[in-house]
Amino acid sequence: MMRTYAGHSTAAKSNELYRRNLAKGQTGLSVAFDLPTQTGYDADHELARGEVGKVGVPIAHRGDMAQLMDGIPLDRMNTSMTINATAAWLLGLYVVAADEHGIDESALAGTTQNDIIKEFLARGTYAFPPGPSMRLIADMVAYTVTRIPKWNPINICSYHLQEAGATPVQEISFSLCNAIAVLDAVRERVGQELMGPVFGRISFFVNAGVRFVEEHAKLRAMGRLWEQIGRERYGVTDERHLRFRYGVQVNSLGLTEQQPENNVQRIVLEALAVTLGRSARARAIQLPAWNEALGLPRPWDQQWSLRIQQVLALETDLLEYPDIFEGSKVMDGLVDELMEGARAEMAVVAEHGGAVEAVPYMKAALVDSHRERIRRIESGEQTLVGVNRYEETEPSPLTADAEGGILVVDPETEAQQREAVAQWRASRDADAVERALAELRRVAESDENIMEATIAAARAGVTTGEWSQALRDVFGSYRAPTGVGEAASSDPAHPAELDAIREEVERVSEALGRRVKILVGKPGLDGHSNGAEQIAVRARDAGMDVVYEGIRLTPAQIAASALQEGVHVVGLSILSGSHRELIPSVIEALREVGVDAPVVVGGIIPEADVKPLKDAGVSAVYTPKDFNLSQIMRDIVGLVGEGATASA
Amino acid sequence: MTDEPALAARLRDRDLAAAPAALNLIENRTRAAETAELLRDLSPAALGGEPPGHVVGVTGPPGAGKSSLLSALVRAWRQAGRTVAVLAVDPSSKRSGGSLLGDRARIESDPADPGVIVRSTAAGGRLGGLAPATRAAAQTLSAAFDVVVIETVGVGQSETEVAEVADTVAVIVQPGSGDALQFIKAGIMEVPDVLVVTKADLGDVALRARRDLVSALRSLGARDTPVLAVSSVAPTTGIDELVAALAAHREGLDLPERRAEARRTSALADFVAEHGERGMRALGGRRTALRFLDEHEAGLDVATLVERLEQRAGAAQ
Repeated sequence: MMRTYAGHSTAAKSNELYRRNLAKGQTGLSVAFDLPTQTGYDADHELARGEVGKVGVPIAHRGDMAQLMDGIPLDRMNTSMTINATAAWLLGLYVVAADEHGIDESALAGTTQNDIIKEFLARGTYAFPPGPSMRLIADMVAYTVTRIPKWNPINICSYHLQEAGATPVQEISFSLCNAIAVLDAVRERVGQELMGPVFGRISFFVNAGVRFVEEHAKLRAMGRLWEQIGRERYGVTDERHLRFRYGVQVNSLGLTEQQPENNVQRIVLEALAVTLGRSARARAIQLPAWNEALGLPRPWDQQWSLRIQQVLALETDLLEYPDIFEGSKVMDGLVDELMEGARAEMAVVAEHGGAVEAVPYMKAALVDSHRERIRRIESGEQTLVGVNRYEETEPSPLTADAEGGILVVDPETEAQQREAVAQWRASRDADAVERALAELRRVAESDENIMEATIAAARAGVTTGEWSQALRDVFGSYRAPTGVGEAASSDPAHPAELDAIREEVERVSEALGRRVKILVGKPGLDGHSNGAEQIAVRARDAGMDVVYEGIRLTPAQIAASALQEGVHVVGLSILSGSHRELIPSVIEALREVGVDAPVVVGGIIPEADVKPLKDAGVSAVYTPKDFNLSQIMRDIVGLVGEGATASA
Repeated sequence: MTDEPALAARLRDRDLAAAPAALNLIENRTRAAETAELLRDLSPAALGGEPPGHVVGVTGPPGAGKSSLLSALVRAWRQAGRTVAVLAVDPSSKRSGGSLLGDRARIESDPADPGVIVRSTAAGGRLGGLAPATRAAAQTLSAAFDVVVIETVGVGQSETEVAEVADTVAVIVQPGSGDALQFIKAGIMEVPDVLVVTKADLGDVALRARRDLVSALRSLGARDTPVLAVSSVAPTTGIDELVAALAAHREGLDLPERRAEARRTSALADFVAEHGERGMRALGGRRTALRFLDEHEAGLDVATLVERLEQRAGAAQ
């Protein structure tokens, strides 16, 4: 199956895009939701500011869902939704949308990502604490296995773990432990006789990096381990249920902002990793666009990625042979090695009491692996062409146009969506909504399956924010561990360099009278915290006192922390594309409470946005091409030092 | 550049917005003289009585659930209209001298609420110890805030040091970790004023932990020490009881006596840090020195007491 991950701005615009893609030969839909929808907020919530329609489509109620799927034959469509914390809700809306066209839920096919543990570990769009989150997942699995049998209720993602720095062994073991946690929870809700079909409906979403031979071995290892788990832990015997089914989005972490055209060959090689051997071949592939490290891809960029798949599948002889690694000593050796490593790591997670309890352990391990990866790139042990070798380049015609080769979302979208939600609330049957929400709360407090009440709420016209708030009221809120506290400080890539920075930190600290203190903040709903975490760890290693409070903070929260903690400098990280709205708000909030500390910003920030940010008061802007963290630290200490001299 | 008198006046008037600037001053090593002035201006002698804020030490091992508990406590205090300052002392301090703060101390509060402040500091490599400025910070903020919480990590040593600063010490343990029990039995840990078992939502495990602690305390003759089971995750339980237990402990205290005692101990520690064993010998040993301090007015601040000790040692040499 071929598809591209898509959705932006509004339901109507995304619908247009889907229809265009289907006309071009795409065979399924992959829906990207915006961050407010993913985290359970309506467009007019404070936390949604700057995020509406940015990384996907905003879906606030059944009306939005109906518009999103307008003219698309849902009974013949395979729809993959990248939705997790609010998956039960979006599935509910999808069921209602189908029902409005007279299509029974049993005819629906598709996937909800619904993997909450990797949200705690890597992606950050969780909404509820771990316990209730796992219960929602188990409810969905139990519901779909009988009522929507062609639905994959959960897609366990090792993808984001690799993006967060996981080694192949970590990617295999953490994701399998995650699946075990889900299956254990489901086993309490359905009988053993259904465990075969349940097991068979669990699919995976994996990553493929550019070391494509090892990556292929990784997938073979996962397949074998998965089958063993099915047989031994869950008593599954049917071969069809035991098959390791996975889809792929190839690696984004390795895609570079420098010489972005090189990403095309990286993507092709990564696609080979998941297609080369028939016995471990992906069922669905999504390829990122060549310019993902620059910003949101345009339709043409996505078309290029689809064409890569079509060339591989239809022009080459890739699909014509049986498994080409059958009997290969090298491949078998690699697979054995990975399986052995993964089993050992799975035992560690089990000792922690399973994946849910081991979230802090796994998170710290990932932060550590990522730190090691950056160290290897900084030291040159790991080559990135165009980044730390062969850096010279001719000017690129691909990025020469005015917008720098990316899609820009109309800022009006957010205001319109806010208004539209308010109108929706005003025009529906308020009593029916109240009744539906009361029932939802009652079910949430009980042991009953959440799906029926959720579908009823969708039908009554409840909004995404209301559904989520009702559950937050019952389940409480939660902040995931950041993992940075436990991160080891290893031998630096360039010891002399780090020593020099530490000396500078000491010198400036002496001048200030207390240690240089930095606040690392993540404003908005963006949960991609790798960058912030690595900056926090490195700043500590450089000798600073670092305040890092995790993701999803409002400008007011960041300003209050900066004031109360008495920091000398503020570092903000943002990858969702909402920097133009959020960064100036944070600066305004800081100045309002009387904090005049310099502000630096890191993230996926197009060149064209640098000047407006600096005009708003940002001292320095860093993008993925600034992989040298030492240089960033030097700049930050320099900034604080200037302030120290100025005020002395 | 000195803004000390103004800061002292604002804190005396319970202007909470003065707190961040006061903390910046206290932590600044190059402004020690101003800090001493600030403490003098806010001493019981200057105020005409002990600063009104209740200084509560909260300590326990990593992972015991201190942050969630504190979030719930802060919420309860705020609902009761009490202002709260949290001083979180972080043990992480590496070879580099740097540290990661706040990671564990993220205490949920409304950023628009001026009645709460959270400040984290590095302990400076002293496991379970207080940051050098924490004592001064607690004394200063207790003039303006209703409750000042000192949060530290560890079991076994930290509560001893916290006890020298706090009016009430609560030790937090999670069920299943036998450390606190072992430490109490072995006499490594002093009996805290309040013992809290978190994660009461775990049910039987928490109840058993609570029972074990109660019987351990009883065998040590400390049958009055309250042992509470709380759950800080929704639905929270036991938080109101904990708030009441902390308040009850304070009411049962001879507060001026406990604080005067703490200031004397602190003054002696500061003196030793500055002048070493030799200075102590000049004072005629620890007992003589403490007796000497006992003769002074109870409301004097630490810096003044240190000065008196220095005068005495100088006279003896």
